[in-house]
Amino acid sequence: MSADFAHRLRRHDDETAVDARSRALRARIVMALGPATVLGGVIWAVVQPWRLTLLHPHGQGLWWLIVEPPLYVIVVGLIFRLVIAPGLAEDLERVP
Amino acid sequence: MIAGIMPQAEFVHWWFATGFLMLGLVLFAEALVGPEVWGMRPWRTYIWPGLCFVMGILMWPVMTFFTNSAIHMVAHGSWAEVLMLCGAAELGVARGKLHSQYWRLTSSLALIVSGTAFLVHEQNHWLFARAAFLHHTLGWTALVFAAFPLMLALRPRSMFAASGFATFFIVLAVLLYCDRDVAPIFGHLSQFAGPPHR
Repeated sequence: MSADFAHRLRRHDDETAVDARSRALRARIVMALGPATVLGGVIWAVVQPWRLTLLHPHGQGLWWLIVEPPLYVIVVGLIFRLVIAPGLAEDLERVP
Repeated sequence: MIAGIMPQAEFVHWWFATGFLMLGLVLFAEALVGPEVWGMRPWRTYIWPGLCFVMGILMWPVMTFFTNSAIHMVAHGSWAEVLMLCGAAELGVARGKLHSQYWRLTSSLALIVSGTAFLVHEQNHWLFARAAFLHHTLGWTALVFAAFPLMLALRPRSMFAASGFATFFIVLAVLLYCDRDVAPIFGHLSQFAGPPHR
């Protein structure tokens, strides 16, 4: 094997390893987006518990019981994590 | 009678905030993985244009039932139009009916029109009430962030431009979640704004 060919082979191996690491990192970030959003919603619910009228429903009107913004944030995070993120992470692994 | 059963305006802002939050997450994920991986499952390419288009349609009833002045109505109507235009153009690109990358300029146009509508229809100063502050902030944010879809039209593979565009929707969602019908902003509330509530 010529030295030139060996160098090229090694460079190719290095680039492949870097690509794999970059894809793994991106997959981890994608998988973390949903939980991070859920965490945002939970923090909001803790900081402003009166926004969750379900915790003290007595005397609330219909709309105030339907509208629970911190729960909306949590639901968005869950939908993203359960519906979109797993397929994306899987597809990132499949890229040649 | 109808006013009694209508949801408050702030509720509608939070519903749209939820839609924009989902839009932001989807766009951010697309920016992270790149268009090739994103397009490996065809249904994914329809998520954000479809969501954008549907939100444009839903903006029409908001315009009809929640506006109390002509300029307010025109602003909401313009948001409905540009959301639908932007969603339709992106749907055309996703479906393969439209081929030019410059269709992405509709997103930039949407942000410019939306930002201008925010600024023009807000007649009060920044610290009049929280809603006024948010309108000014949203307007300038949309105008500044309009640079990102413009960049994306010129350089479709730019992760920086795609992430910036996604960030706009996250910021938009946070600002809309901050909206209240009548509330102070940094301790300021004009006596003409009305009584604040929670």
